[in-house]
Amino acid sequence: MSMIELVGIKRLYQLEGITVKAIQGLDLSINEGEFIAVMGPSGSGKSTLMNILGCLDKPTEGLYFLDGINTSHANSDKFALIRNEKIGFVFQGFNLLARTTAVENVELPLFYSRKDHKINIKEKAISVLKEVGLGGRLYHMPSQLSGGQQQRVAIARAMVNNPAFILADEPTGNLDTEMSLEIMTLFQNLNNNGKTIIMVTHEPELAAYTRRIITMRDGKLVSDIPVTDRRNAANDLKKWKKENTILQKS
Amino acid sequence: MGPLKLLKSSFKNIFRNRMRSLLTSLGIIIGVGSVIVMVAIGDGSRIQIESQIASMGTNLITVMPRRGAGMANRLSKADSEKLRDEASYIMAVSGIRQRNFNIIGGDGNWSALVMGVEPDYLIIRNWNMLEGDFFEEEHLAARSKVAVLGATVASQLFGERDPIGYSVRIGTHHFRVIGVLERKGVGAMGNDQDDVVMVPLDTALTRLSQTRILNSIALSVIREDLMSQAQREVEIILRESHNIGPTTTPSFDIMNMADIIATAAKTSRMLTNLLAAIAGVSLMVGGIGIMNIMLVSVTERTREIGIRMAVGARRKDILFQFLLESIILSLIGGIIGILFAILVCNFLTTFMATPTHINPLVIIISALFAAVVGIFFGYYPARKAAGLYPIDALRYE
Repeated sequence: MSMIELVGIKRLYQLEGITVKAIQGLDLSINEGEFIAVMGPSGSGKSTLMNILGCLDKPTEGLYFLDGINTSHANSDKFALIRNEKIGFVFQGFNLLARTTAVENVELPLFYSRKDHKINIKEKAISVLKEVGLGGRLYHMPSQLSGGQQQRVAIARAMVNNPAFILADEPTGNLDTEMSLEIMTLFQNLNNNGKTIIMVTHEPELAAYTRRIITMRDGKLVSDIPVTDRRNAANDLKKWKKENTILQKS
Repeated sequence: MGPLKLLKSSFKNIFRNRMRSLLTSLGIIIGVGSVIVMVAIGDGSRIQIESQIASMGTNLITVMPRRGAGMANRLSKADSEKLRDEASYIMAVSGIRQRNFNIIGGDGNWSALVMGVEPDYLIIRNWNMLEGDFFEEEHLAARSKVAVLGATVASQLFGERDPIGYSVRIGTHHFRVIGVLERKGVGAMGNDQDDVVMVPLDTALTRLSQTRILNSIALSVIREDLMSQAQREVEIILRESHNIGPTTTPSFDIMNMADIIATAAKTSRMLTNLLAAIAGVSLMVGGIGIMNIMLVSVTERTREIGIRMAVGARRKDILFQFLLESIILSLIGGIIGILFAILVCNFLTTFMATPTHINPLVIIISALFAAVVGIFFGYYPARKAAGLYPIDALRYE
């Protein structure tokens, strides 16, 4: 079985008596090690899909198997446990705790972990921060970090519990080109090391760094295609930097 | 999440917002502080009243004629002698005849209460001599003009000198000072008990007042627990000697010091309770203040709650976090309030001469009460926080 199996997912909302069909029948399976871009216009249901994949919301109908677990009958505590152990969130707005150091932000999922940790939480958080290249910013507050650095703290937080997959919702939406490329480089590196990543985006350029693009429209999956000429974010970053320094010099 | 980690994180959150935390706790600080101070003042004054009354002698019974009583009902020395002879529960008896006089002697003159009493009076009042001797039965029989000075009178007339052997003039008579009483301090009615001169009863009756009528009779009961029996016995004896039938209202009052103490203590305890209740209201208001700030805090931290839920916090983790924070806030407030109250009490006692007494039990109870306030008023905001939906909380701007 695939790592993620969505079978006949429907999500309906009742808004002032009107039924809104956010997702109307969706089947999807995602294997371990994939890097998927979820695309589609606003209102296509991709946010609802993210919420369901992230165990933040329950489908009205259908089954969701995550890592072999049937989440359909999970209560809110079970959902919290799944989010803690299986899912690493990366948001557009970073969503770091303010007035809290980078290390403490990264410690947070371990803090709520119900596993008996033999490891030192702080050491673990520091080692993950070093992996994302923030070894020199361990005790900075989010307000003292650039957007790219904040997003890297968020990625470190998403990775610290070694989740089944990383769920990124427009992770570069608040970032400039250079920082976006840095984040994509980081994602590609993680994916090359075997980490499953699901990323919502509406920029085709960013989707080109993934391995598979699924597109949604009106609550339905309209296309599911593998990326044929996958771009390398590290190369693009180098190129972009080179062009930019030339521009600055001239 | 372990309880220790939870505690640590709560403290971090509280110290991250030092100013707001302090302002939140202020209500509790004032509430707990005022409860303790009020109770301490009430207890202090009760203890002072009790000790003042006790200094008059706890086994004391006083017989006084009723106001407006006729000739036949006046107390005389015969009554006090009859009581001394017949009352079995009575250890000591003294008739009293007292009046204010201007006393001249030593360095000048001084107005003081002159009491004609019998030698037993010292025992009844549980009073000791500082210097010299008290007068004896012979002095009464001889109507001797001897006087024993209270400490205030002695120092007003003679300063540092020893007044024994000197002569003082009371009215038109010269009295020889034979002793000085030990200092007794302020009495229950706020009077200076040492502003007194004691002379033999018979001397007071014949030479100073030319009367046979006593102002009152003071008696001392052999044991405190026999107070009511003694009181009944005194009444029977006096009814008999004054020919008052058992159904007629007697023309005298028999007052018992234990009752007076009990009444005074009851009054002051009621006052203490009233003060504590008023202060308790301010503690309640402090609790509402905590709830208020915690509710604001929940709204303000909606996104934080969302983040915590997204990374795996359960509803009860959020509930405990907010509950713990409000308990810690109110406990810190309680502790500061206790320290504040101790300071205020010391200040009152040292600089304002207000007696205070801090009962450790009151401290424990108010600290517990502060914690209860924290739980009670913290629960609703905490539940509100825990009831948030992660999606909504994450989207909250």
